[in-house]
Amino acid sequence: MMQRLLSGDYPRSRALTALLLIIGVSLALGPFLFPGVRAFSMLGMICVFIIVVASYDLMLGYTHIVSFAHTMFFGIGAYGVAMATDAFGNGYGAVLAGIGGAVLLTIVLSLLLGLLSLRVKAIFFALVTLAVAFAFLSLVTQLYNLTGGEDGLAVRVPRELGPAFRPFDEPWVGFDVVGFFSGLFSDPGNAFKDALFDVRVNGRHLVYYIAFASAVAVFLFLLRMVNSPFGRVLQAIRENEFRAQALGYRTVFYRTAAVIVSAVLATLAGVLFALINRYVNPENTLNFELMVFILLMCVIGGMGTLYGAVVGTALFLLAQNYLQDLLKLLAGHVEKGSMLAELVGPDSWLLWFGLLFVLSVYFFPAGIVGQLRLWAARRRQRRAGNGGARRDGVPAQGESHAS
Amino acid sequence: MSAHDELIEPRPQGALGRFRAFREERPHLFLLVLMMLVAFFMMDPRTWVVLTISGLAMGAMVFLMASGMTLTFGLMNVLNLAHGAFISLGAFAGATVLVHWLNGQAGEASVWANLAAVLPALGFALVVAGLIGLLFERLVIKPVYGDHLKQILVTVGGSIILMELIQVVWGPNEIPVPRPETLTGAFLIPESLPVIGGVALEKYRLVAVILGLAVYGLMTWVIERTRTGVLIRAGVEDREMVEVHGYRIRLLFLGVFVAGSALAGLGGAMWAMYREIITAHMGDELMISVIVVIILGGLGSIKGCFYGAVLVGLINLYVGYLEPRLAAVATVGLMVGVLMWRPQGLIPVIKV
Repeated sequence: MMQRLLSGDYPRSRALTALLLIIGVSLALGPFLFPGVRAFSMLGMICVFIIVVASYDLMLGYTHIVSFAHTMFFGIGAYGVAMATDAFGNGYGAVLAGIGGAVLLTIVLSLLLGLLSLRVKAIFFALVTLAVAFAFLSLVTQLYNLTGGEDGLAVRVPRELGPAFRPFDEPWVGFDVVGFFSGLFSDPGNAFKDALFDVRVNGRHLVYYIAFASAVAVFLFLLRMVNSPFGRVLQAIRENEFRAQALGYRTVFYRTAAVIVSAVLATLAGVLFALINRYVNPENTLNFELMVFILLMCVIGGMGTLYGAVVGTALFLLAQNYLQDLLKLLAGHVEKGSMLAELVGPDSWLLWFGLLFVLSVYFFPAGIVGQLRLWAARRRQRRAGNGGARRDGVPAQGESHAS
Repeated sequence: MSAHDELIEPRPQGALGRFRAFREERPHLFLLVLMMLVAFFMMDPRTWVVLTISGLAMGAMVFLMASGMTLTFGLMNVLNLAHGAFISLGAFAGATVLVHWLNGQAGEASVWANLAAVLPALGFALVVAGLIGLLFERLVIKPVYGDHLKQILVTVGGSIILMELIQVVWGPNEIPVPRPETLTGAFLIPESLPVIGGVALEKYRLVAVILGLAVYGLMTWVIERTRTGVLIRAGVEDREMVEVHGYRIRLLFLGVFVAGSALAGLGGAMWAMYREIITAHMGDELMISVIVVIILGGLGSIKGCFYGAVLVGLINLYVGYLEPRLAAVATVGLMVGVLMWRPQGLIPVIKV
């Protein structure tokens, strides 16, 4: 069962398995574990961006294609739904029409992009997509009578997916995990009772679970894909394109296919984003900064390991939402007005993430997941290699011994 | 060689044949003339003159920014996506000199007082961007020579860091930049001249065109007439061969990288005075033009870079006048069109 579900691609590290389980449980029971609007919207964004980053990883990690147009496809999905509901009202038909139009546009655009620039040289693709994404952004910003320009569009979601829809009269019970653990320190007696809170289930929870289910489905689909013969060819192209060509694979076809699949999945993520956020503008869907964030999530989590997309997304969005608070706390201890205060100020969290990003490219090119797997593999090797020696109290010698 | 060619393919005969040969052999001039002609028939001549000069001015500034990037790619196969951050850096450095240190001089009406403000500003931008470029090359780019994927990732990260540092040093807000007094205002072409009489040309744009041409001339001279230039050209063509001859190409590359960053800074400072307002992320927007220019011109080619920049400047202004909303789309459309026509760019230098 697990074998089939994960396509034989296990986490291969106990720490990673634990991390993934924590993330999975937090997302599955999220609205009932973390109270508050901010936490709820962050959980939704994690689900959406797991799809975005995992599909990006199909290009970046598995095929070594750098694309800067991923937000463009994300934006096409988001704007497709927004514009369709804006024009045809808030029915399911409008949403489906928006999705259909967006997917069609995405397929055509990604096909053109792939055929145009993958033919020439891989590095061109990065530059061409950067320029095309920028042109698209400027087009969306300028055509304000269609897209709302800088102000963006409010998405009119169907009634069942909005906050007004209440399927149950009685509130459900949630359990505030963070509150419980902090309560254990301050007031152990009442910690359990204080941690309980009411959850009024509404349409937004429904959208959240649609997004969660989609994220799980897309993740498993991509896992299946990269471990299929198709995925193996992509990895062969990544390792040595010339050789893959010599073996008779039409590499341009495979690359273009990877780009299209990835772009369509990003479009679907954009659709979910529009339904969850119910408001789209160039800033939150098409911005170049968002593209850089996706790149950061993918690389810090671990390129070429789909699990990295999950870990990287969760970590990054957590940092984006809560690191600023932490920095604010830190800035309180530094004297005001000095350069140091600016450096640890809450606005410069991105500086630290940029630094982390560059350092991780140098020192942990496989990201968090790759590093965890490496450590796990070393430990296994040590155990297999000189398990007898260890029992005698001699420390292990590392992988050179085992190999 | 040429005699051999003629044996295979006789010189084209007739007007059409000559036109075809011109299109294939000098695609940059062909495209330039075509674009100017098309624009000429779509607007009145006086507007056309103003737009052409403005387009040339923009092209000159974009050329300053793009030349460094194209050379670093051509010479060392290094794709530096942090180039935009150096543009911002130059703009902020130049603005600092103009705003804080020499505020009085820039406001005065005398040419010499103005020059005393502008030249240090440009010089400071050049030096700051060059020095940071030196650091950047050593710290960020050196460990990832020869690995395009990592270069892209690392330079994107480096670009984030640089822009955030700019915000730490100069604050997160936009900064207004005063344009020197003698460079504001326009220069009138006398009414007596036919067709273009009475056209007002902004002085600053003329200065930008002159400076751009001067740098292009200087660069062409360095590349074609000096020993360093010979080495650079040889390095672009075949890096290993130059190394075999005992030249330290890394040092040469470092020099080119620093010069390229410095020029990006110079371009940024020029742009700051042109736009009169700057933000830390202005480099990101300009990067798009820079990328279009280097793809248009052919990676690694200075001449291609110059013509690419002029083309981008012109199409921006022409389309911006006819339909302002489509200026960015037209720029990228030009790139896509050229890529379909000639995938290696207009004047290819390196084998793609």
